[in-house]
Amino acid sequence: MRSIVIAGALAAPLLSAMAAEPELRPGPGREQVQANCGACHTLAYIPMNSPFLNEAQWTAEVNKMVGVFHAPVPREDIPAIIAYLTAQYGPR
Amino acid sequence: MRRREILAGATLLVAARPALAQFDPRLPAGTREIARMGALPGKRQLIELTDRPPNFETPLDAFRTPITPNDRFFVRYHLALIPEMDELRDWRVAIGGPGAERSVTLSLADLQRIAPPVTVTAVCQCSGNRRGLFQPHVPGVEWGIGAMGNARWTGVRLRDVLARAGVKSDTIEVAFDGADGPIVPETPDFVKSIPLARAIHSDTLLAWEMNGQPLPHFNGFPLRVVVPGWTATYWMKHVNRIELRTAPEENFWMKAAYRVPRGLFPTDMDFPTQMTQANEPITQIMVNSLVTNLQDGVRVPVGGFDIEGIAWDGGHGIRSVEVSTDRGETWQRARLGQDLGVYAFRPWTMRVQPGRAGPVQAMVRATSNAGQVQAARLVPNPAGYHHNVIQTLEVIAS
Repeated sequence: MRSIVIAGALAAPLLSAMAAEPELRPGPGREQVQANCGACHTLAYIPMNSPFLNEAQWTAEVNKMVGVFHAPVPREDIPAIIAYLTAQYGPR
Repeated sequence: MRRREILAGATLLVAARPALAQFDPRLPAGTREIARMGALPGKRQLIELTDRPPNFETPLDAFRTPITPNDRFFVRYHLALIPEMDELRDWRVAIGGPGAERSVTLSLADLQRIAPPVTVTAVCQCSGNRRGLFQPHVPGVEWGIGAMGNARWTGVRLRDVLARAGVKSDTIEVAFDGADGPIVPETPDFVKSIPLARAIHSDTLLAWEMNGQPLPHFNGFPLRVVVPGWTATYWMKHVNRIELRTAPEENFWMKAAYRVPRGLFPTDMDFPTQMTQANEPITQIMVNSLVTNLQDGVRVPVGGFDIEGIAWDGGHGIRSVEVSTDRGETWQRARLGQDLGVYAFRPWTMRVQPGRAGPVQAMVRATSNAGQVQAARLVPNPAGYHHNVIQTLEVIAS
C-alpha cells in the first residue's frame, strides 16, 4: 500500500526528471541501488560523493536515509546497497 | 512493485555527462563527473550538481557585479516536492503557536499593508558553500564557490508581522515551514527555527522581492525569510507557516543537521535554546573573499594586471582586503569599492605588477570591521561548513 502511494506521488516528477539520471557503474547491487536510492533523489548524489567515503561512511549514509529520512528500503536490500556503494564509489 | 518498474524504465534514458575541465579541480572527482551546466525555468545556465531536488550553483563570472542577478542566483533544496508556480500564487502564511496571543493568517497583500516596505542588501550563503573544497572531503552536496549570492531583499520586518499575532513573554524561538516537502511523507519536513532575539531584529524580513522583482520560483516565490548575516538554512523559502515556540524546535534539521562544534566559530548571537555540550547550530557567516576576474592558470600581462573580487562577512562589514604576492610575508591593501551595506558583497580591486614572466601567486585575505580575519588553514568540522580559507590564486605572467 505504502509503495503504491509513493509510486503515485513519484510518477509525475520522475517522468521529467529521470531522463537526466547518471549511469551508475556496473556491479553487484546496482539494481537495488537504482530501485531504492532513486526514489527520493537523483542518483547523481552517489557519484557526487565519491570517491572518498569508506564502508563505514557509506553505511552511515544509508542508515541515515533509512533511519532518519524513512526511505522505504527493504531490509534485505541494505547489505547489497552498502557493498555496491563501497566497491564502486568508495575510496580509490 | 510499480515504483521499481518506473525506475527501471527510466534508467534506460541515460544522459551522457562528459567530465568538464571547467569545474574546480579541488572538487571530488565524482562531483566533476556529474556536474554540468544546466538551466531551471526562469534561470540562465548554472552549475547543476543535482536536479532532484535541484541544487544549482552560481558560476564565478556572475560575481563580477556586487549584486547577483536573479536569473543566476544559486538554488538549493533538501526535499524534492516543490510546488509549481500556479500552486504558489494564492498565498497565505499562518502565524501562531504556543507563544502567540492569537493565530492569524495573512495574504501577501495583507503583509504589504502592514508597514512601508523595507529593503536590506544581504548575502544569502548556503552553510555548505565550498564544502566540495574540504580536504579531506566530507559528505553532502559538494558545492564549489557559488552556493551564495548578494541581493536587495524587500519585504516587511518579521517583528511587525509577529506583532499581529502577539508575542507572549515565554516565546524563545520562531520556527518557519515552507511549502516544499518530502517525497516520502515520513521524511522530516524542512522546518527551521531562530532565536526570538534574531527574529525581532530590525533587519530580519519576510521578503517578496529580490532585486526589485518578485522572488524567482526557485528562490522562494512568493515569500521567503531573510536573516541577514546568518547562513541561508534559516532563510525559509515559500514560507507558509510561522510558529512562535515556547520550547525548542526538536526536529532533525535543528537537532542533528546544521551543527558545528560548540565554540569553534565566533558568533554575535548565541542560540542558547539549541546548544548542547558538544555542538550548536551554525549561525553567522564567516568573513570571506573571492577573486572574481581571474582563475587559476590563466595568463596575465607581465606589465601589470588587476585582481578584482568581493569580500563579505556576517554583518560587521569589511574593514580591509589585502593581497600578498610573496606567500604571505607582506600584504598590501586592495582598494575597496562601493559599500552596499554591512551584509553585502564589498567589491575590491588590486593592481599587481609581476615584474617578470612566469608563475605569480596571489593570496587574498579579508578582515571584517569586527577584526575577524579569514582562516589561514581550514577549520575542520564534520558537516563541511564555514570554509573561509585565504584564497591562493596562481596565474602565469607573460
